[in-house]
Amino acid sequence: MSAVLERQLSLVDAVGEALRQAMEADPSVIVMGEDVAGGAGRGAGKENAMGGSFGATKSLYPLFGASRVRDTPISEAGFVGAAVGAAAAGLRPVVDAMWADFTGLAFDQIYNQAAKMSYMFGGQARLPLTIRMAMGSGLSAAAQHSGTLYAIYTHLPGLKVVAPSTPYDAKGLLLEAIFDDGPVLVFEHMKLYVTKGPVPAEPYRVPLGVAEVRRAGGDVTVVAIAAMVDRALEAAEVLAEEGIDVEVVDPRTLSPLDEESIVASVEKTGALVVVDESPPRCSLASEIAAVVSERAFDFLNAPVRRVTAPHAPVPFAPALEAAYAPSVTAVVEAVRSLG
Amino acid sequence: MSASIERAVHVDRKTAIALYRTMLTIRLFERRVSREFRTGDIPGFVHVYIGEEAVAAGVCANLDEHDYVTSTHRGHGHCIAKGCDLGAMMAEIFGRETGLCRGRGGSMHIADFSRGMLGANAIVGGGIALATGAALAASVRGTSQVSVAFFGDGAANQGVLHESLNLAAIWRLPAIYVCENNGFAESTPAAYATSVPDIASRAAAYGIPGVVVDGADVLEVYRAARTAVQRARGGDGPTLLEVKTYRFMGHYEGDPDRYRDDSDREAARNRDALAACRRDLVATGQANEAELEALEAEIEEEVARAVEFARSSPFPDPAEVTRYVYPEPLATAGAAR
Repeated sequence: MSAVLERQLSLVDAVGEALRQAMEADPSVIVMGEDVAGGAGRGAGKENAMGGSFGATKSLYPLFGASRVRDTPISEAGFVGAAVGAAAAGLRPVVDAMWADFTGLAFDQIYNQAAKMSYMFGGQARLPLTIRMAMGSGLSAAAQHSGTLYAIYTHLPGLKVVAPSTPYDAKGLLLEAIFDDGPVLVFEHMKLYVTKGPVPAEPYRVPLGVAEVRRAGGDVTVVAIAAMVDRALEAAEVLAEEGIDVEVVDPRTLSPLDEESIVASVEKTGALVVVDESPPRCSLASEIAAVVSERAFDFLNAPVRRVTAPHAPVPFAPALEAAYAPSVTAVVEAVRSLG
Repeated sequence: MSASIERAVHVDRKTAIALYRTMLTIRLFERRVSREFRTGDIPGFVHVYIGEEAVAAGVCANLDEHDYVTSTHRGHGHCIAKGCDLGAMMAEIFGRETGLCRGRGGSMHIADFSRGMLGANAIVGGGIALATGAALAASVRGTSQVSVAFFGDGAANQGVLHESLNLAAIWRLPAIYVCENNGFAESTPAAYATSVPDIASRAAAYGIPGVVVDGADVLEVYRAARTAVQRARGGDGPTLLEVKTYRFMGHYEGDPDRYRDDSDREAARNRDALAACRRDLVATGQANEAELEALEAEIEEEVARAVEFARSSPFPDPAEVTRYVYPEPLATAGAAR
């Protein structure tokens, strides 16, 4: 790796850098959402008091001002819908929806308007809209600030969905999302915001719909999403000591899903475990299991295993929350159970 | 904040005739759509705008092709007033590949982005936030464009209207919110479903002008919209216009319409804005009978050609059922029309 690649950035700073570089590159890129600057209209010293719930947008307001870094009232249907309309009229809005759980308030704008506009209007609508949101358990944020929801949006034609697991991908996928001409939803795991990794300083893109093999192995394929990638890698180390060679595949984009890479891995290993921090019904884990069953059944030496959260909202108490998301142990046991 | 209509504003002959022409085009187009629907050759649902023509005509006469509008499930009138091609509209309604949306949308989803027509919308209130966003785009770019959201009295009770009016007010967006109050949300009377007699009075909650307009008078609509559009272009922010109107037909084609009184329908037809406009043109000497008859024949012919075009156009290719789910590369987008 070059010296440039060695620069370490947290995931939240990688997101902020992508936003800044997109806004520098294209004046039609705007950022809007609740508290993306904070203290709107309060004057110097108080404006930009927040820079987003996690500080991702902190660097933008001083550079681009209130017209392009817009604090919104708490009215998700209104401002997400306005972002859809602004995109239809030629801007490239990046909405900070705060938490994935809040997008329910704007579901019609996302599902009936943004997602269907290109199709319903016969291709004449170009909708370069990006919606970022925090998700995931692990911070005792409880049921309405922890949901993953990416399966809901993966189900909907017209949307693209990404869920990065590293700072490098967070930056590259976000830049790709912003310059995509359709709506892209970006799910950022809260637990990963502080994790650091190598991030090049210059702008770069990570293509949508391309998975990454995080660890090569020959015995079992483990597909893991977002924060589950690190758990899968930890599990792989444990299993390596037992002589089980695990391949860890990170889809990075959930819609469109890189089916080829997953199928190719299973054709090599003959076994699949999917690790998904979401309730299991109609989940990405279910979808990936179905794709592999259809396309690589003859290669499977054992039934596909899904390691998911239970069919429950995310709990508050740390003891319960620890029991909610798939643990390293759960992944290890699932792999062992394949025989 | 109160606002009044500048009734003294002179409307020249050219504008008056153009308003009449737009209204008449909508009326004749819709009558023909209604007739064609009864042949069974138009798939799905159709909601016609007959009786409400003065709203679209009076508002859109103040706009140009760079301005934006969002529309409703009853959207044919807005499309025509915004300058959409009748043949491509009719082909869309018939579900043909030559339609404005290549047969993917139909009557409830006609759009023509090349004319700022950002789509009819089958979600009641669905276009309100979108128009707000188009106004935001104009504001960020610093252009003089304005954006109009058409919606009905039913949509006036959707939460997204509240959110959008608030957003447009705090950001002083160049937006005009046009509530077409035809008295009924499907079968539910506005008098039952709405907390106030005048939806425009809700504008006070946002500190923006709210104006009640008589939809039986196209000049009144034109003048009220003119003031609102000038305000928006001048950077003074949004206006809520409530146009009291009436749909002469049922909610949808085929609606038995048992929830309204014959006497109300009769009274509304006697206050037909189109007929009134015609009478005024003749009475003021701006047009004579022969000219108006020739105009009507010309539009009938144009509508007939639109139907011929639609009926002779191919259906979309079933092999393309997934085309346009995602935007295509720019080189090919728009090439097929």
